[in-house]
Amino acid sequence: MGMKKTTSKRMFTFGLVLLILVLAACAPLYAPVYTVILLTSILMYMTIAVSWALFSGPTGYISLASAAFFGAGIYTSAMLGKALPLPLVIVVGALASFCLALLVGALTLRLKGIYFVMFTFGLVELLLHFILWWEVTICGTTGRVVPPAGNATVFYAMLIILVILVLTVFIIRRSRYGLALFSIGENEEAAAHAGVYVTVLKIIIFAVSALFMGAAGAAMATRWTYIDPRIAFNPLISFMPVLMAIFGGIRPLYGPIIGAAIFTYLEEFLITRFPYYYMLIFGIIMVVAILYMPDGLVGLIQRLWKGISGRKHADT
Amino acid sequence: MPILEGRGVTRYFGGLAAVSDVDFQVEQGEVLGLIGPNGAGKTTLFNLISAALAPRSGSITFRGKEITDLKPYQICRMGLARTFQTVKIFGNMSVLDNVLLGAFFGGEGRIASADAAEAAASALEFVGLAEAAAIPARDLTLANQKRLEVARALATRPELLLLDEMMEGLNPTEVNRAMGLVKMIQDKGITVVMIEHVMKAIMSVCGRIMVLHHGAKIAEGTPQEVSTNRTVIEVYFGERADASDS
Repeated sequence: MGMKKTTSKRMFTFGLVLLILVLAACAPLYAPVYTVILLTSILMYMTIAVSWALFSGPTGYISLASAAFFGAGIYTSAMLGKALPLPLVIVVGALASFCLALLVGALTLRLKGIYFVMFTFGLVELLLHFILWWEVTICGTTGRVVPPAGNATVFYAMLIILVILVLTVFIIRRSRYGLALFSIGENEEAAAHAGVYVTVLKIIIFAVSALFMGAAGAAMATRWTYIDPRIAFNPLISFMPVLMAIFGGIRPLYGPIIGAAIFTYLEEFLITRFPYYYMLIFGIIMVVAILYMPDGLVGLIQRLWKGISGRKHADT
Repeated sequence: MPILEGRGVTRYFGGLAAVSDVDFQVEQGEVLGLIGPNGAGKTTLFNLISAALAPRSGSITFRGKEITDLKPYQICRMGLARTFQTVKIFGNMSVLDNVLLGAFFGGEGRIASADAAEAAASALEFVGLAEAAAIPARDLTLANQKRLEVARALATRPELLLLDEMMEGLNPTEVNRAMGLVKMIQDKGITVVMIEHVMKAIMSVCGRIMVLHHGAKIAEGTPQEVSTNRTVIEVYFGERADASDS
């Protein structure tokens, strides 16, 4: 019976995900342009938050390099946008970030704790100033024009990237490598002595998470039409996914997705309603979330759910 | 040919010789006890064998192959597993997942999922934790956490197992169970090297004992020989202890 229950529950989840996906996929057909653009932003933050949580969630290595990988994708788009079709630009942007992450990972993943955090954040600044220097001294400009793609095109590109990402994360988490990632977060030394090739696994998963951030950057750049290094390597892109994942719940796959959706909508809502106080309200919500929801929104809901269903079965 | 052999193994911490010029041999199928006062270098020697630390000089061979420059994961995959003095389990993972990890990654070559699951289940069964498979590892008692470490090590299908103070902090009943477990491991054909302070366990389980003091090997032999060795008694009880002992 327990078996049957989990199967029907799984079918329900699958159906629900499919329904949301179809509704989302049809959004450009019926929704106003404003909604499509907002949904694109939500998809972008979901992609960054989920790829961040793919590596940092189980391993506990808090990376603040997201903006660097996202920015690498943006710059790929800016440089190749005129020469190549969009899907190819996205693939190249993803690969550029992947390679960058392999290099950075090999250098930094032996650092632990706060040293790793600081280095990854330093990487964003380093790239920003390197590109700035490059553009000014070699190219003689600071900004670039990205050939724009339509709102619906960017929306679908982001949707496809997110779907592929979620499937990838799902497969990795269920595989033996998902188990190994968790063991690294629990006790790296014990994992190594139990036969896990800790260094290589960390670097590869770090690079896979960067791959999707780069893809997202390459797709999103076409919406902004004008970019410069300060826009492309915005440090906020490093912090937002961390906050979103914590807000939603880092451990379950859907935690960062829910966190990103609520956060992006909340930001939009507050900015339009309370343009002067929005950062203040935002900060208060974040403080409350961290204080009272240590396992994120998902953890809170699970706790409440357990309370309700626990009472129901109390007599059995 | 000994299964594990060290020649001139040396490691310094700053100016202090934690392990200095130690030769050792472990024969296939035996249970070798490693004893010595606190700070004698026992755990350091384990760390050198399992590559948690690199030796400053000397060489270690396992099954005739040089393992001095290998990484910990490679040594584990060759069939040399270990446990830790302060338990290093994956607390937030289930007991079964702790052992599954060893089964998946600790052996030579790639293992099929079904085989790994079977290896993990039988390792849990072997140490008597099959009932606890689904609970988070952090909820186990200390004795069971130590058993879990043994199960994780066994799931990697080792030929030689390094047990670092498996009985420390256990009550007498638990010590007896742990001694039984070591004998069962030996009966499986797995060679064991164990660091231990519980003399009762050492004397009854080990076929041979090696004594370290200030990083140097000071004695080696059967439990009988070692317990009557003059240097060993001086190291443990002070120089005149034998007089008051009789």
